[in-house]
Amino acid sequence: MAQVIVVTSGKGGVGKTTTSAAFATGLAQRGKKTVVIDFDVGLRNLDLIMGVERRVVFDIVNVIQGEARLNQALIRDKRVDTLAILPASQTRDKDALTREGVSTIIEELSADFDYILCDSPAGIEKGALLALYFADQAIVVTNPEVSSVRDSDRILGVLQSKSKRAEEKRDKVKEHLLVTRYDPNRVERGEMLKLEDVREILAIPLLGVVPENESVLKASNTGTPVIMDTESVAGQAYKDAVGRFLGEDLPHRFLEPEKKPGLFKRLFGGRAA
Amino acid sequence: MSWLDYFRAARKDEPPPSASAAKERLQIVLAHERIGRTREDFLPKLQQELVAVVARYVAIDPGKVKLDLDRGGDMSTLAIEIELPGPPANKPQQRAAAG
Ligand SMILES: Nc1ncnc2c1ncn2[C@@H]1O[C@H](COP(=O)(O)OP(=O)(O)OP(=O)(O)O)[C@@H](O)[C@H]1O
Ligand SMILES: [Mg+2]
Repeated sequence: MAQVIVVTSGKGGVGKTTTSAAFATGLAQRGKKTVVIDFDVGLRNLDLIMGVERRVVFDIVNVIQGEARLNQALIRDKRVDTLAILPASQTRDKDALTREGVSTIIEELSADFDYILCDSPAGIEKGALLALYFADQAIVVTNPEVSSVRDSDRILGVLQSKSKRAEEKRDKVKEHLLVTRYDPNRVERGEMLKLEDVREILAIPLLGVVPENESVLKASNTGTPVIMDTESVAGQAYKDAVGRFLGEDLPHRFLEPEKKPGLFKRLFGGRAA
Repeated sequence: MSWLDYFRAARKDEPPPSASAAKERLQIVLAHERIGRTREDFLPKLQQELVAVVARYVAIDPGKVKLDLDRGGDMSTLAIEIELPGPPANKPQQRAAAG
């Protein structure tokens, strides 16, 4: 039986798709058979972040409406062979997704995969509810910023009341906090919520902290999940988070401001102030 | 670009800026999406009909039809791989591809 993981946040633009792509790739790199589903019907973007946009023929709506088989809609990643992507539809609206349809798809995928990641759209409307409904675990992506923390709290409530596990009164959905776009310099200057503050308020186990990092934009430009940029701090932070998810005990990194060498040192490599 | 950037570029062998890759990828994907807005995407139907034609000649498993599309700027390629059942003996299965 596959584990279903929803990547959710309530608030838009906090890094769900970036995280879904990185996490799915990371799990697959560790040999786990992983499929990542884009639930953002009408505004698909996971295909671009994964770099498979040229290869999309069918999407999840085609499968639900019987126009294509699941294995025809799945795009096998060319870099990691245990990874597959199921794109969202770009042309239909959110109503084309039905709970029964998604249920059938998840059941079918469960037979072949270890992990099914669901990249949720923003909000707490139909699309987001459907993305989290079948979840066994949730990665709640939060930015250190008031509205994001509040929306995360809201989505945690939804997870514990509107998911299938909640409805069937089974063990609750396992929650993981992933703080992203963390800027230690701004935290130090007192301009940004501290990690400890976010943890204290949301009070769920911390999976990782991904710093604000320009490599994320670069990775999206080329359609390479940022976890493949092993030099980048964001890539390393995602790799650690995947390790922790798989049970490794890894210290959190990139929480302190980087000591930036002065301009003189950067130019000439010498000692500077 | 300031003169300082020349120093930096000279120090490391920097890969080409990724923004140009972003532009190229967007141009391709948007060109295809804009076409799709005015007329219906024919790919689902094309695939169904192709499989139906093949099924008239050989008994195929519709689950064993694999599509591979690569949308390009000037040209796109569509590879349809249909597994044809082999002869009863233990011979390897044949594959047919239409491009
Ligand atoms: N760690 C990071 N450092 C810098 N930029 C980031 C980071 N994480 C995400 N971003 C940027 O934030 C923006 C939003 O990211 P992303 O699309 O992953 O968010 P989302 O939650 O999926 O958005 P939506 O709610 O619209 O689906 C993107 O431009 C992305 O490049
Ligand atoms: Mg998104």
